[in-house]
Amino acid sequence: METENILETIKMISDENLDVRTITMSISLLDCIDSDSDIACRKIYEKITTTARDLVKVGQQIENEYGIPIINKRVTVTPIAIVAAASHDHDYVKYAKTLDRAAHEIGIDFIGGYSALVQKGFQKGDRTLLSSLPEALAETELVCASVNVGSTRSGINMDAVAQMGEIIVETSQKDVMGNAKMVVFCNAVEDNPFMAGGFQGVSEPDVVINVGVSGPGVVKAALEQVKGQSMDVVAETIKKTAFKVTRMGQLVGTLAAERLGFPFGIVDLSLAPTPAVGDSVAQILEEIGLESVGTHGTTAALAMLNDAVKKGGIMACSHVGGLSGAFIPVSEDAGMIKAAAAGSLNIEKLEAMTAVCSVGLDMIAIPGDTPASTISAMIADEAAIGMINNKTTAVRVIPVPGKGVGDTVEFGGLLGHAPIMAVNQAGAAEMIQRGGTIPAPIHSFKN
Amino acid sequence: MKAILTTIGTDKVGIIAGVSRYLADHEINILDVSQTIMGGNFTMMMMVALPDTADFQKLTAQLNDLGQELGVEINIRNEQLYRSMHQL
Repeated sequence: METENILETIKMISDENLDVRTITMSISLLDCIDSDSDIACRKIYEKITTTARDLVKVGQQIENEYGIPIINKRVTVTPIAIVAAASHDHDYVKYAKTLDRAAHEIGIDFIGGYSALVQKGFQKGDRTLLSSLPEALAETELVCASVNVGSTRSGINMDAVAQMGEIIVETSQKDVMGNAKMVVFCNAVEDNPFMAGGFQGVSEPDVVINVGVSGPGVVKAALEQVKGQSMDVVAETIKKTAFKVTRMGQLVGTLAAERLGFPFGIVDLSLAPTPAVGDSVAQILEEIGLESVGTHGTTAALAMLNDAVKKGGIMACSHVGGLSGAFIPVSEDAGMIKAAAAGSLNIEKLEAMTAVCSVGLDMIAIPGDTPASTISAMIADEAAIGMINNKTTAVRVIPVPGKGVGDTVEFGGLLGHAPIMAVNQAGAAEMIQRGGTIPAPIHSFKN
Repeated sequence: MKAILTTIGTDKVGIIAGVSRYLADHEINILDVSQTIMGGNFTMMMMVALPDTADFQKLTAQLNDLGQELGVEINIRNEQLYRSMHQL
């Protein structure tokens, strides 16, 4: 084997923060459904703690043997709104606590699936889950929640959009960190290994292993070698780097699936930043030639980056899935934090960026007195971008009680810190109060 | 199981001897070795054969200690990693 290749890999891991962001075991809970919620919760606890008991151990074995950091080990489950619907409980906090207890027992970092899919309307379980979200998030530590409010096929459920604004405000009043564990989606995917939006779709196998790769630092380091060269060269360099990163993800996923005895699902080819220096998507965009992320040209650079990552990664693995693209969470990216604090990155520009990258308005701290209807309107805008462009979009905004523009909030760990960003002061309450459905777009009718 | 052991650092007397002695003491067979000076650094790559039951955690910790003693950085990783990243 070429010495140069070996050294390149070592450099990627030790100097450029190359890692596997997550091995996520996706577990169906459909066989745990019971009209007695105590029995259902016992079955859920037993299934998770039995099926995923070796997940952390196997992850650590792979880390040691291959010298690749695997940052998180996670579990996703069938949306609890479906699993709990047969019970007659008035809230599903008991289910959330069961998930939390199981997650602590097996030593994982997060468990996702306290979720509801309401893009076309509510069922009884959906309503119960939504109304219990603030309490469930406040009373658990590792449980992540998501609600899908729209899709290209179904349109946007504006009643759900209105309710989610209220829920986000209520959640922030109970616990400011609660909203960091909740995502509002349009076109949510069923095999997402990333959090907070991961859940197991009902069409997935009983148990499946999905992997999310990372590596913004590796892409930035590769681009440092092609300074001043044309965008063709930049795109080609990103593709080659994404290929190598994804091959590593494919290897780790295959090994984990083999050792755990379950099928391997997908690799999510995402550039997921962390607050660590040199692990930033913003800094890739700045390496391409922007003085600061958020300035004119950002959307074009991000579109190219997102596309090149997919093109490079897609041949490197057997099945691609999840969100796959570049993530732009503000508080989790040192470059984004710097640009937001300096005023060169604002919510309007972030919204434009979400039209060309893999997710949406992510980990954005906003003033604590932002009206619920304004948050709903932000969700509606993002959902519209997703619906019309046939892509996943999401909103994970965090109103911080008692803080306003110019203040900073500390989330800690992988979630980082963030300056409070300004929100448009003109209201949208009348539109949100209308409720109803935004009909599916004309291009959804493909049959 | 095959693994690649890399040793990188400032050149001095006894690095190859130190690493080889450790491997011999632990019954790790050297299958291939290449050594060069790259950018002023001593750079050695070894392909080694490990028993399937090898404890990587222990091995890595011991090689870290040995690296500190010899003033170099020693890493050991399953060779599949390099093969999958750089070969189709």
